Amino acid sequence: MSKPTPESSSRAVAEEESSTGVIDTEAEQGETSAIQRDQGKVKRQQKGRLGNLKREELIKLYHEMLLIRRFEEKCAEAYSLGKIGGFCHLYIGQEAVAVGAISAIRKDDYVLTSYREHGHAIAKGIAPEAVMAELFGKVTGCSHGKGGSMHLFDKSVNFLGGHAIVGGQIPLATGVAFASKYQGTDQVTLCFFGEAAVNQGAFHESLNMAQLWKLPCIYICENNQYGMGTSQDRAMSLRDVAQKACAYEIAAEFVDGMDVLAVREATLRAVERARKDYLPTLIEVRTYRFMGHSMSDPGNYRTRAEIERHQERDPIKLFLTNLKEQQLIDDGQVKKIETDVRETVEKAVRFAEESPEPPPEDLFKGVYANPISQGDK
Amino acid sequence: MAVITIREALNQALKEEMLRDDSIFLMGEEVGAYQGAYKVTKGLLDQFGEKRVIDTPITELGFAGLGVGAAMAGLRPVIEFMTFNFSILAADQIINSAAKMLYMSGGQYKIPIVYRGPGGSAFQVSSQHSQAMESWYAYFPGLKVVMPSTAADAKGLLKSAIRDDDPVIFIEQERMYGMKGEVPDDDDFLVPLGVADIKREGKDATIVARSLMVPAALKAAEILESDGVSCEVIDPRTIRPLDIQTIVESVKKTSRLVVAEESHPFCGVAAEISVQVMERAFDYLDAPIKRVSGADAPMPYAKNLENLAIPTADQIAAAVREVAYLD
Repeated sequence: MSKPTPESSSRAVAEEESSTGVIDTEAEQGETSAIQRDQGKVKRQQKGRLGNLKREELIKLYHEMLLIRRFEEKCAEAYSLGKIGGFCHLYIGQEAVAVGAISAIRKDDYVLTSYREHGHAIAKGIAPEAVMAELFGKVTGCSHGKGGSMHLFDKSVNFLGGHAIVGGQIPLATGVAFASKYQGTDQVTLCFFGEAAVNQGAFHESLNMAQLWKLPCIYICENNQYGMGTSQDRAMSLRDVAQKACAYEIAAEFVDGMDVLAVREATLRAVERARKDYLPTLIEVRTYRFMGHSMSDPGNYRTRAEIERHQERDPIKLFLTNLKEQQLIDDGQVKKIETDVRETVEKAVRFAEESPEPPPEDLFKGVYANPISQGDK
Repeated sequence: MAVITIREALNQALKEEMLRDDSIFLMGEEVGAYQGAYKVTKGLLDQFGEKRVIDTPITELGFAGLGVGAAMAGLRPVIEFMTFNFSILAADQIINSAAKMLYMSGGQYKIPIVYRGPGGSAFQVSSQHSQAMESWYAYFPGLKVVMPSTAADAKGLLKSAIRDDDPVIFIEQERMYGMKGEVPDDDDFLVPLGVADIKREGKDATIVARSLMVPAALKAAEILESDGVSCEVIDPRTIRPLDIQTIVESVKKTSRLVVAEESHPFCGVAAEISVQVMERAFDYLDAPIKRVSGADAPMPYAKNLENLAIPTADQIAAAVREVAYLD
C-alpha cells in the first residue's frame, strides 16, 4: 500500500464519510458547547453501528467495559489501602479502546501495550483474579508476582506484556508481527501506546520498518491528550497523530475512542489488511483518562471542569444509553450485569488477598532460561 | 583441523547454525547485499535468501527491539551491530526488554537472541567508534556477555550463544578479525558459555585477559619467560556469567594477579575480577592485584596517542614484574 487508505489520516476525510467520530479541536480547548454537540454526534454515529453486531455481542462489550471500570475502581481502593504497591495507572475513561479493539481480533492474535494495561489484559482474556493477584504481588499473579501493574504477561492468551518505558513495546510488537510473517501464520499483533510515545524514536523506527517490510502490526495510539502532566499541545508540534502515518506511507485512521463500536470497526478494517496482505495500520483513537496519570498524580495540570466535560462522553454511559434507547437491553439485565461484575471483582480481590506471596527462592528464579553457575564445566 | 581467520570462523558458525535451525535469522546494517561491513556475513544472503538475512535501515533501537519481539514469538534472532558503539542507541531494548523479559514475565517469555559485532578499538577511528562496552552489558542480570580471542573460541562460542535460550552480547574485536587459528572441522564443535580457558599454564603469576588483550598477555608471558617468570594466562571468554573459580584456582597457585583489559578502568570488568578474587583468595595473594587498562580518556585519533591509550604487552609484563616485586 503506497498511500493511506480512503478511511485514512485526514480528519476532514474521516468526518465527511462519518465513519469515525471526530472531536472538534476547539472543543478540547474548553468550549463546552462544542463538546456537547460532539456528544450528540458520537451518540448518533454509534447508534448507526449497533446493527452491525448481534445483541449478545453488544451486551458482551458493555459487560467487559463495565468489568474493567469496576476493576479499576477497586484497584484505586486497594492502592489507597496499601495493598497494591508501586505505580498504578488506571484505565478509567479509556475502556472503549481496549474492549473495542480486542473484540476485533482472535484469541491467538497478539497484544502488547504500555503500563496502563489492566484493561487490555482483562479484555485479552487474562482472568481478573490473576491480574489482581499480580497487582497484590502474589505468586498466583499472571507474572507470578515478578511484574506488577506495569508488567502483566500471559502466554496462554498471547498477552505479551505491559512495558514501562514509554514506547518500548512498539519495536517489540513490530518484531512479533515480523515473526508471524516469517512463520507464515495469519496472526496479527495489536500494539497499544499513548500519544506521548509518538514522540519517541521507537515509534518512528518501528512504523518505518513495519511498512518497509509489510508486517501485520496494528499500532493503536490511545491519545488521551496528556503524557503524564504535559498536555499534547505542550509536547507535540503536529498534533494530528494519524497524519504522521504519511511519513511512512502507512494506512491510518482517526477514531473516536469514546465509541466502542467505532474502535472495533476501525480495528476490524486494519485486521483485514494485516491478515490478508501483511499490512500495518496506525489508528489514532482520541480518548481521555478520567483519573490521574497514576495514583500519585495531584492533577494540577487540568481543571475539574475539563474532566467533567469529558465525562459527559463517558464511553460506558454513552453505550448503555444507546443500548437502552434501542431496547437492546432492559433494566433487569443492566442490574444483573452490574451484580455479575461486582462479584467478579470481589472474587478477584479475595483470590488476591488469600494467595501466598512468592517464596523467597523466587528472587533468583527466571533470571536466565539456561542458568550457568560460576565455574560450571 | 583447518587454520582459518576469526572472521571465517564466525561466518562458519552462523552458516552452520542457520542450516541447523530455520528459526534463526540474521538482521543488521549491511549484513546482506554488502556482505557485512566486516565481511563476517559474507555469502549468507546468497545461501539463505532475503527472508533470513535482512538488511536493515540504520535504526538500531528499532531492530534491536524487533529482535526481542521476534524472540518472544518463537524465533532465534542474530542481530548484528556494525559496531557495538551503535548498540548505545539500542541499549533500552537490550537492557529493558531483552534482559528482563523472562524475569518480569514470571518465566513465560525466554529471549534467545544474540547481539553480535565488533567492540573495542579499531584503527584510528577515534572517540565514538572505539569503545569497549562489555562492562555496561555485564552489569545487568539477564544478559550473558561473551568475548572470544581465538578462531576456535569465536566459532564454538558463537554456536553456543546461538543455541542458548538467553540474550547474549557477543563482542568481537575488529583488530582481530584477520587473526588465524586452528578450528575443529566438526559441525557440532561448541565452546560452552561461562567457562574460562587457560591459554598458557604457569606458576609464578596469573594474567587474566580477554579479547584483544589475550594475544598481548601471551606475548607478555613470553617476554617474562626469558626473565625466568612463569605466567599463567587465563581468558574468561564469558564475562557474564564469569568463571571466577578457574581464576581463583590459578591465583591460589601463583599468588599474584594482573588483569589486563582494553576498556577504561573505572567500573570495569578488571575491577570486578579483582574484588571477587580478593573476596575468595585474599589470603593467597602475595601482592596487591594490578590492573592494566585502557586510558581513562575518550579514544584519540592521532596514531601516537591511540597507541598510548591501548595497553601493550610491555605494560602487562611490567605489571607482572611489579606484583612479583622484580623491579
